[in-house]
Amino acid sequence: MKLPVNLSDFLREAGSLSLFVSRFVTELFHPRQEWRQFVRQCFVIGVQSFALIGITGFIMGLVLTMQLRPSLMSYGVEAQLPVMVGLAIVREIGPVITALIFAGKISSGIGAELGSMKVTEQIDAMEVSGTNPFRYLVVTRVLATTVMLPILTVLSDAISLYGSYLGVNIKGHTSLTLFFFQVFQTLTYSDVLPAMIKTLFFGFAIGIIGCYKGYNSQKGTEGVGKSANAAVVISSLLIFIIDLITVQITDLLGLN
Amino acid sequence: MDNNTSHIPTDPVIRISHLHKQFGSRVVLNDFSLDLRRGESMVVLGRSGSGKSVLIKCLIGLYMPDGGSITILGKDTSQLDHEGLDVMRAHVGFLFQSNALYDSMTVRENLEFPMRHHLKNISKEEANKRVMEALTNVGLAHTVDMMPSELSGGMQKRVALARTLILNPEIMLYDEPTTGLDPVTGKEISTLMTEIQRIYNTSSIIISHDMKCVERTADRIAVLIDGNCYALGTFDELQQSNDQNIKQFFE
Repeated sequence: MKLPVNLSDFLREAGSLSLFVSRFVTELFHPRQEWRQFVRQCFVIGVQSFALIGITGFIMGLVLTMQLRPSLMSYGVEAQLPVMVGLAIVREIGPVITALIFAGKISSGIGAELGSMKVTEQIDAMEVSGTNPFRYLVVTRVLATTVMLPILTVLSDAISLYGSYLGVNIKGHTSLTLFFFQVFQTLTYSDVLPAMIKTLFFGFAIGIIGCYKGYNSQKGTEGVGKSANAAVVISSLLIFIIDLITVQITDLLGLN
Repeated sequence: MDNNTSHIPTDPVIRISHLHKQFGSRVVLNDFSLDLRRGESMVVLGRSGSGKSVLIKCLIGLYMPDGGSITILGKDTSQLDHEGLDVMRAHVGFLFQSNALYDSMTVRENLEFPMRHHLKNISKEEANKRVMEALTNVGLAHTVDMMPSELSGGMQKRVALARTLILNPEIMLYDEPTTGLDPVTGKEISTLMTEIQRIYNTSSIIISHDMKCVERTADRIAVLIDGNCYALGTFDELQQSNDQNIKQFFE
């Protein structure tokens, strides 16, 4: 039976991605790694994304608080605003929104950069120079996204909560100490740890998809654009799929 | 270039025997055989899409042949593992058609890049000396701290050439070195290639369809048609051929 074109394309792409991931795992355990390049990528990927993540995190916390207040007021539980916002940000909104912003900035950047290197033969030149381009370009970037996204999420959560604190004070008065006391009083390890663990998977997905699309880029400059675009779309979709799976797992483990 | 090749020793540095390469059902190289003698400059001439670049990428190990064998400096490349291939590549310089300079690195970093793997224990002073020597030999010592994007096409080609020379290769492979350059710059690059051959005492395979470049650089020419070596001879010999397939290149 002949598979429909789209399904066969999907299966071929999935198989190709699986091989790419298995090559990543193999290269990851090679004794000779490009640690200097990894540190550089952590800076480029992590530190240079901080401003964008920080601004979006701040707005997210502020807007969420302003949107939630009328609903809570109607039920007479306005005092629970810090608790509600804290839980929403730390458990779900912080990790997912940070990952989506990160995917938009980093996954497309990696896809375009590696795609451009591919079509201008720079990856071949690395191979000829005796440097393993997969380890130099892919392993360092995927590791950097995996390590940096949880750190950025923690920072984003903190800035979001500060935004929320300002939001609470627009139509009321709460001290910073009291606000954070209320937030942390209700937060438990089962709120924080699963959220942090899933950001590791988000980071890995963003890095590996960006690298996969860029590394396999074809058809000249048009292909570079398509790689960058596909990297954002697929990694964003994967963030939601991973989120769905982790929620199911934490539910099964009784952590929700 | 002097077409009298009697001064060239016959010791082959590259021996290509019955090479076969295909992509899917499309046969690109079919029973292609060729010897490159030590000190010789061999041009592989062919039309666009005839498989010239595939041939040169098979030589450097970027493509694996489907049949036949390639022997470089006495070693059969099909028998080499990854490490062996790396060692072989240290003796072979490869100039890419697109130059393939690393956009995110300065000219100095581009030139230092091959040394990080092949010359790990080299001192900073020695590395700097090699970089400046290679750049001086292509007339671009002043660009050492510039980015590739700040250089013209011809200058990028020269820097790419300097990068291939940094490990003092015995063999040079040029993939369409004058494509995309204006005639004056193309002539400069062709002259530079012959200069490099003399200074570094290299043997070269040049992929080209630029007849001006071919005339300036070739000791011998191999004409690639239908995936195999259709004709082999000096520029003058082939120019005088009555074969229409060969004549078309010289008209």
